[in-house]
Amino acid sequence: MPGGERSILERSPLARLPDRALKYGLTTLAGLILVLIVYFFVRLVGEARPAFAHAGVFGFTFDNDWNVSGEKFGALPLVIGTLITSGLALLIGVPVAVATAIYANELCPLRLRTALTILVELLAAVPSVVYGLWGIFFLAPKLQPIEQWIADRLSFIPFIGGGTVTIPNYFVAGLILAIMILPIVSAIAREVMATVPADHKEAALGLGATRWEMIRTAVLPYCRAGIVGGAMLGLGRAIGETIAVTIVIGDAPQLGSHLFGQGYSLAAVIANEFGEAQGLHRSALFAAGLVLFVLTLLVNGLARVLVSRASRASKTTSAPQAAGGSQPIAGAVAGA
Amino acid sequence: MSAPSPAPSQFARFAVSPARRRKDRLARGMILAGTLLALVPLALVVFYLLSKGLGSWSWSFFSTDPTGNTFFKTSSIGGIKSAILGTIEIVALASVIAIPIGIGVAVWLVEYGRNSRFASTVRFSVDVLTGVPSIVFGLFIYIVLIVGTGSSYAGYKGSFALALLMLPVVIRSAEVILLLIPGALRESALALGAPRWKVIFHVVLPTALPGMVTGVLLAIARAAGETAPLLFTAATTRNTNFNLSQFMNSLPVQIYDDVTSPTTAVVNRAWGAALTLVVMILLLNLIARLISRRSRLA
Repeated sequence: MPGGERSILERSPLARLPDRALKYGLTTLAGLILVLIVYFFVRLVGEARPAFAHAGVFGFTFDNDWNVSGEKFGALPLVIGTLITSGLALLIGVPVAVATAIYANELCPLRLRTALTILVELLAAVPSVVYGLWGIFFLAPKLQPIEQWIADRLSFIPFIGGGTVTIPNYFVAGLILAIMILPIVSAIAREVMATVPADHKEAALGLGATRWEMIRTAVLPYCRAGIVGGAMLGLGRAIGETIAVTIVIGDAPQLGSHLFGQGYSLAAVIANEFGEAQGLHRSALFAAGLVLFVLTLLVNGLARVLVSRASRASKTTSAPQAAGGSQPIAGAVAGA
Repeated sequence: MSAPSPAPSQFARFAVSPARRRKDRLARGMILAGTLLALVPLALVVFYLLSKGLGSWSWSFFSTDPTGNTFFKTSSIGGIKSAILGTIEIVALASVIAIPIGIGVAVWLVEYGRNSRFASTVRFSVDVLTGVPSIVFGLFIYIVLIVGTGSSYAGYKGSFALALLMLPVVIRSAEVILLLIPGALRESALALGAPRWKVIFHVVLPTALPGMVTGVLLAIARAAGETAPLLFTAATTRNTNFNLSQFMNSLPVQIYDDVTSPTTAVVNRAWGAALTLVVMILLLNLIARLISRRSRLA
């Protein structure tokens, strides 16, 4: 172009300004998300450092002694409480969620399908504090006689039987968590099952399989990774769930002696004690938050790898798949 | 098949054996039982919430603030006015913060970042944010805005905590919708000579709007029910308050406080507040569902 002359098709520098501004503005915004995460982590580690210095990272996480007045902060009872309740939630919640997904996708009359999906998703609309309220005033008292009966019958099994059943306990907390993770696990299982190619199912039926055999041989193996990923996402939620657990777990900072006894969890201890905490105690609660954060990070990371691998596999093996194969999975995960 | 009506024995080799049929029936029965089991808690929660909550609903329940010492005077424990208004104010500010930033990041991811390495790093950190427990957001805001500034709890600090919670939900749902917009739409606008920013503001965003509203409403509904991030950011007061830099009450925190009360009347107030909160959240969900049904994209 001779002598800096502009072509008539080119915009003047002034007119290009808003374009640049938008591009760099939005890029900065996106970069801020990254900065936020890093800053988040650094500040949390900074606040938790005194507690870790006091007992060591391993000592803090695995010492079985949480004694506020004695300035002893070993979070093992909390970590175990978190693991027991969220493990129970998986044990109870995932089979039910998968059954719901199978029923909605494979067995349900078409007319009922939407209604069933909406009903299960309604479970996600109930806030955690309401589950806590319902759990402590309805579920726990109603379950207590049944739990006592089970505990008496199974008294020969170390952790489950024996002992007296308290109204708030690990089991009720696990059960409430199971209800809370049900909608997300079920939604992901449903989305993954929708990606099973109709050919596979028809082939199984054509070879003479019964409905159940078709589900077992064609549907379930195809979406195993996706279901496991959904379950892990549910686990991540259960680990981080705070208020409902705080209300129904009983807030006893010792390692519970049995399944129907009072306990504590990482999130619950923060919610309960943070208001009055000072100095080292406060730092210990930040450290508990950090342990919680890292735990959920690991679980969620694994879950995402599994879900994305499942949706990628279904994308490559079934080209003419109906619209919305993997997209809803992303949506469901985002909704988590 | 020459025989017009074949003997049953001819089909016998195709028939499903009784054992397999039993197994099939058993498995289907168990799947149905599991599905019904999933609906039991919903029915129980709804029933119990209605039967306990409706009893405390009255005009004065919505028009008075909760009172302080409720141990001896069970007659005048007050209502939940400050809690409702507090929730609305805190969530409104959180939405004002989270929605523009969230949509901005989503637009960047789809229009500029695409599949670059930086974009996938941003996507990864959004995923990380999604998984962070809500109480940890509360701790973070406490560190930054309360320890950091040396001041006390305030409504707007609660809003920041909720905004962090909403952000990943808004970004992810907006991104999913923006990806659905056909590239031809952008290309035709660009070919007509429109600059990039005009394409985004006049073509892409208006097309995506109805779909994005759904995700935004669901994010708001989720934030409205959160207790944990508000506990040590916005804290508790019992008074109605229109100043977001003061302590602020909210429905979830009010319920959480009332649950531990030994007084039946206060627990009943918690049930009434819980019903109010659930109705508010259900309305948001319902509107979101209606809009997403109308929109062609979502």
